[in-house]
Amino acid sequence: MIDGRLVAYLAYLAYFTYLAMNDDLYKEEILEHYWDPHNHGVLEHPDATAEELNVLCGDTIRMDFAIANGKIMDVRFQGEGCAISKAAASMLTDVLKGKDLQQAQAITQKDIFNLLKIPISPARTKCALLGFEVMKKALCPPPTK
Amino acid sequence: MQNIRPQFPILKRKINGKPLVYLDNAATTQKPKVTIDALTKYYTTNNANVHRGIHTLSEEATTQYEHSRKTISQFIGAIPKEIVFTRGTTESINLVARALGDAVVKPRDEILVTQMEHHSNLVPWQQLCRRTGAILKVLPITDEGRWDMEQLGRFLSSKTKIVAVSHCSNVLGSINPITATTRAAHSHGAVVVVDGAQAVAHIPVNVRVLDCDFYAFSSHKMYGPTGVGVLYGKQELLERMEPVQYGGDMVNAVEWFSATWNDSPWKFEAGTQDIGGIIAFGKTVEWIQKIGMDTIESAERTLTLHLLERLNSISGLTLQGPNSTINRIGVASWSLENIHPHDIATILNDRGIAIRSGHHCAMPLMTRLGVSATSRASLAVYNTKKEIDELAHALDHALKIFKPRVTVDVPKRNLWQH
Repeated sequence: MIDGRLVAYLAYLAYFTYLAMNDDLYKEEILEHYWDPHNHGVLEHPDATAEELNVLCGDTIRMDFAIANGKIMDVRFQGEGCAISKAAASMLTDVLKGKDLQQAQAITQKDIFNLLKIPISPARTKCALLGFEVMKKALCPPPTK
Repeated sequence: MQNIRPQFPILKRKINGKPLVYLDNAATTQKPKVTIDALTKYYTTNNANVHRGIHTLSEEATTQYEHSRKTISQFIGAIPKEIVFTRGTTESINLVARALGDAVVKPRDEILVTQMEHHSNLVPWQQLCRRTGAILKVLPITDEGRWDMEQLGRFLSSKTKIVAVSHCSNVLGSINPITATTRAAHSHGAVVVVDGAQAVAHIPVNVRVLDCDFYAFSSHKMYGPTGVGVLYGKQELLERMEPVQYGGDMVNAVEWFSATWNDSPWKFEAGTQDIGGIIAFGKTVEWIQKIGMDTIESAERTLTLHLLERLNSISGLTLQGPNSTINRIGVASWSLENIHPHDIATILNDRGIAIRSGHHCAMPLMTRLGVSATSRASLAVYNTKKEIDELAHALDHALKIFKPRVTVDVPKRNLWQH
């Protein structure tokens, strides 16, 4: 008889070993956001929206915001990009949800690097900050509505 | 190829603790010691301005500078007077667009390019069309990454003034049928400008055989220094053309309100050129000639075959461009299922492997291929089969890292492929 719990434990162990073998640059959290981006999609009638292109590779990110009483009620993003740019945008949307506009505007580039928690080489900086640039474009100056 | 690698000092470098595997040769090649020594020697023992000083150093520098012109002319089957030194392929093409284009192109004339052109052989012609009111035509490519030669006839007419095409694609690796195209273009009275940046280091080039009117290439893509390029032009055309830059060295007699020009090709070389670079480029070409272009071509063909075989054996990899070594140089671009080219390049760099990722300065071609970017490996004479194997292993590794997670269902992933 094979114990189901033992199988599950062994599978977990194998999966954990597999993850530990992964390159540091692509931590599991980043890959999870890549495969299953949070707040993905578009809003039908956004109060603020912006789109940016990474000229290095033709990647684009679009971000839609629903804003009420100076607060970000909802945010969605969509686009095409590498793991770094998608993960950074996905993580950023998690942070933005429920924030006051002023808080959102105060987010800095450093905050994005802190979210990613991996070393970003100069050549990949544009990837990491693409979502951030889109957010800035949409929210600074603040939408009048 | 034996005894080649030790001649390239940079190949001893380690990147991220791993031996450098340099597969970005279409961007720029590494430099042999011959080239580096020639640069050092010039600045250590010969440095002086050319064509002017009546002193030993200047005379030595002038002799070596003009000797480079002779070496390079012989290398492509031309005569020295047909060789104009520029900063690179881009400047060479811009020179033709300005000096010839602005003089001969009239409103509603046509300029023909192809879908596989590098920005440097597209944007100068877009701008010429804007200045003159001419119309830019684009010859399509087939799905295999070749010019659609059946359509060529339909794109040529008496209105066609300039045909500007690449000898080899920097993305697809295709070697294009220049001789046939030149014949067809000439029968309509058009001038043919060839972007040879990706060809000269990899296949024997003879401008008389190609019969093109202009041929542009860069030193740095053929083992020479950066900052030096060549524009070959048929002598009678260069003589008819007006200079586009004015100043020292390109003049004969200068009065307060007028000046006359030096002879061709010197009338196109205003100001002090990259003398050290040009002299070192000449030495580099002599080094290439010593190995022999036929030897280089056949060594690279063996490597290209191996590269294509290894890439084709990776599941989920889509190769762009011709899938054979016939009429093809060692440039291979691909898309890897679900992995962005930037991520591939980062993972490969971690293992010391340098490839290019992005649009390769051919954004319209990316649109034609239906991708936003690709990864590209490009070979040079010093690469080895072992390096290609390491590339293949690293790509397998990337696939493992990016293996879809159990928690994700298939349709969700497809969201990214719109």
